[in-house]
Amino acid sequence: MDLLRFSTAGSVDDGKSTLIGRLLFDSKGIFEDQLEAVTRASKDSSQKVDLALLTDGLKAEREQGITIDVAYRYFATPKRKFIVADTPGHEQYTRNMATGASTADATIILVDARNGVIQQSRRHSYIAHLLAIPHLIVAVNKMDLKDYDQQVFESIEKDFREFAAQLGITKDITIIPISALKGDNVVNRSEAMSWYKGPTLIDYLETVDTSDDENLDDFRYPVQMVLRPNLDFRAFAGQIASGVVRKGDAIKALPSGKTSRIKNIHTMDGDLDEAYAPMSVALQLEDEIDISRGDMIVPVDNEPMVSNQVEATLVWMHETPMETGRPYFIKHTSHTVRAHVDEILYRTDINSLEQLSVSQLGLNDIGRVRIGTAQPLFFDPYTRNRHTGSFIVIDPKTNATVAAGMIANEQTQLSDAGLWTSGQVDRAAREAMHHHKAAVVLLNGENKEEVAQALEENLFRKGVHAYRLDGDKLSLGLNTDLESSTEATNKDGREAMRRTTELLKILLDTGALVITTLEIGSESEYVRGLLAGEELLEVSSDEERAVEHVLTLLAEQGIYADPSLRS
Amino acid sequence: MTKSNTQRPALAHLNWLEAESIHIMREVAAEFERPALLFSGGKDSICMLRLAEKAFHPGKIPFPLMHVDTGHNFPEVIDFRDRRAEQLKAELIVRTVDDAIERGLIVEREGQYMSRNRMQIPTLLDGINEFRFNAVFGGARRDEEKARAKERLYSFRDKFGQWDPKNQRPELWNLYNGRHHPGEHIRVFPISNWTEMDVWQYIEREQLEIPEIYYAHEREVVIRDDQLIPLSHLLEAEPGEEVLTKRVRFRTVGDMTCTACVESDADTAVKIIEETSVARVTERGTRVDDKASEAAMEERKREGYF
Repeated sequence: MDLLRFSTAGSVDDGKSTLIGRLLFDSKGIFEDQLEAVTRASKDSSQKVDLALLTDGLKAEREQGITIDVAYRYFATPKRKFIVADTPGHEQYTRNMATGASTADATIILVDARNGVIQQSRRHSYIAHLLAIPHLIVAVNKMDLKDYDQQVFESIEKDFREFAAQLGITKDITIIPISALKGDNVVNRSEAMSWYKGPTLIDYLETVDTSDDENLDDFRYPVQMVLRPNLDFRAFAGQIASGVVRKGDAIKALPSGKTSRIKNIHTMDGDLDEAYAPMSVALQLEDEIDISRGDMIVPVDNEPMVSNQVEATLVWMHETPMETGRPYFIKHTSHTVRAHVDEILYRTDINSLEQLSVSQLGLNDIGRVRIGTAQPLFFDPYTRNRHTGSFIVIDPKTNATVAAGMIANEQTQLSDAGLWTSGQVDRAAREAMHHHKAAVVLLNGENKEEVAQALEENLFRKGVHAYRLDGDKLSLGLNTDLESSTEATNKDGREAMRRTTELLKILLDTGALVITTLEIGSESEYVRGLLAGEELLEVSSDEERAVEHVLTLLAEQGIYADPSLRS
Repeated sequence: MTKSNTQRPALAHLNWLEAESIHIMREVAAEFERPALLFSGGKDSICMLRLAEKAFHPGKIPFPLMHVDTGHNFPEVIDFRDRRAEQLKAELIVRTVDDAIERGLIVEREGQYMSRNRMQIPTLLDGINEFRFNAVFGGARRDEEKARAKERLYSFRDKFGQWDPKNQRPELWNLYNGRHHPGEHIRVFPISNWTEMDVWQYIEREQLEIPEIYYAHEREVVIRDDQLIPLSHLLEAEPGEEVLTKRVRFRTVGDMTCTACVESDADTAVKIIEETSVARVTERGTRVDDKASEAAMEERKREGYF
């Protein structure tokens, strides 16, 4: 027996809680003592059992008579088990709807037959669409109050389908006429609506085909932790986010770029030849490569995007509005990184679907933003992969979860390293002032220190904003708390590498021509990722007339045209 | 989603639930310095312990177990607790309500149901402070009770261990926010999405040993408020109450003074599954403490109950 997770969304009086009560009740999921408690709590004890009270859990809600937070319900039929996220539907609770929708395979949108497709129905559909819920069910409720009229239903169905097409919803939509109160077409087929030939709600939920919902094409394995109980056993624990992995598969670890093969798929219940999403396993590799929490194991021939710039849609979930330039944390898969929102591209008005230009995002606002992260993320677009395409935003001061993010299909790459682009004076302006481009000259070879000094002096005399980044300055200052190793194989080494690279980027943003003899690990995929798009010149100091050689190269690359070379 | 070329059968529900729970336990082990797992010897915490074994296999469970002993627990359950911890070579920390009373941390409440359920709260919080645990695994499930239905998998608690149902962190996808300030902690409920039925099916599938009082046995009981209340040294029959010997089993094994039993012949997990599939009373319905007021559980949870 498998499991289906679905969410429900409806307006205050659409009868959503009654519907869930009906599903639980008619599928015999309601136990007698819960029912007894509800009867006790029903305000008007002369009435029949109020099914809604079964789901409105908390005291505060009972006082206000509304559902204010996502509640989870469980029931089973002989065919399937169900987890229901019951989400409140008022305007201010976009947050809750998105929360319930994030884990749902299907969603039920309630429409009151008396009102038809109203603003709120559109809003619920938009959020379901945004969260990429694979299956959409529209339950046209309270058909009993419209005399079970076929024409009423058909006109609502037509309205909804038109609206869905407008939104660009191409996925599976099923529209069912019901009466949650009377029980028509929920679990039992309605006698009063014999004109309706489609499935009842429970029929649909029991049989909807979810085999295509899980992404099994792109293997993505965010590493949660390293299991190393003894010297003979080392495995990377994680839950497969998507795709299939087999013993012997060639893999690559991100961000290091190191490759290996799957030696074994370990579980306590025995080794596996193959595993797929969403199994939790532990992977053992053929080679001893350095992988830690936050890294991702992917196939060599199918990599995710790697970038420290991400374009995404945010659902803002906190009273404190989002500000550009403020530091946040992003938790993406098992990876938590520092981030800034660099730019709000637009806010989507959830009612008119208009794109508005705004300076901030407030509670329940939905907006498209451009985010810069301190370390690159490994991701896929959300519509392709709900696990590697989603993230949450955390306020580092209050630790509150302030937003949910969905990574966009199109990623417009900025021309230069976009992380620190905000501000009036940008790199291009500085480069124009210096009359040369920002670049890194990486010297290696026997007498690299002497060449570096000579080069710096030479360029400085010509008015070039040149700067020699000295290894000692770093190890005695910025990296003084780290073990003095530049090997990428240990944690400190990698951290040193990261800091050095970040410093290089800052220097580049000042428009400098940086000369360095540091072993920054430029061969590593990680450093290359961080310095992607930057001018990086690797030169051997063993060349004859090394300084002139560098000057020639700089000119050839269009970085700096030395006047002495023109003659 | 894009149309896929690859197809695999959807995970069976127990496998799906297991994979989710293991993911949560690993997240906590990786992100928190000092987690602990509340292990009472009850069936839910027995399942949780198996999940922890699986999450870190072949390594040991990387955190201690803790139990808040009310002093009113069934002796069979306490024996089982100690035996299981021993088998797993796990560190077991026990803090008792009796000790907390002696130290003046709490004052015992009088009354017919002198339940020590509420008295666990300060004892538990004291234990959490003592060891500076910043993540505490509990075996609570959302299907148990209405107030639990809105509980998060990661439930944030303030410096006083309090839960604020109106101010919970939104929880999306499987991205859990465990960040907290010193003194605050997170209660983690890795089997939130399991139902009573799932727990029994898992016990059966994994062939988990559980305390024998979960299975049908003969016991002296009285009938109070339509429930079968077990007699013990802590709870005697009131004048006028008839002492009956019945074949019963327990669906939960909390405080001996407030846990009712049900008549049953089920002496194996399979038979309990059969019985549970037709049961018409939720398991917490056998807990007298939850019935005291309509919002009893919610109030206890606000104070720091798990």
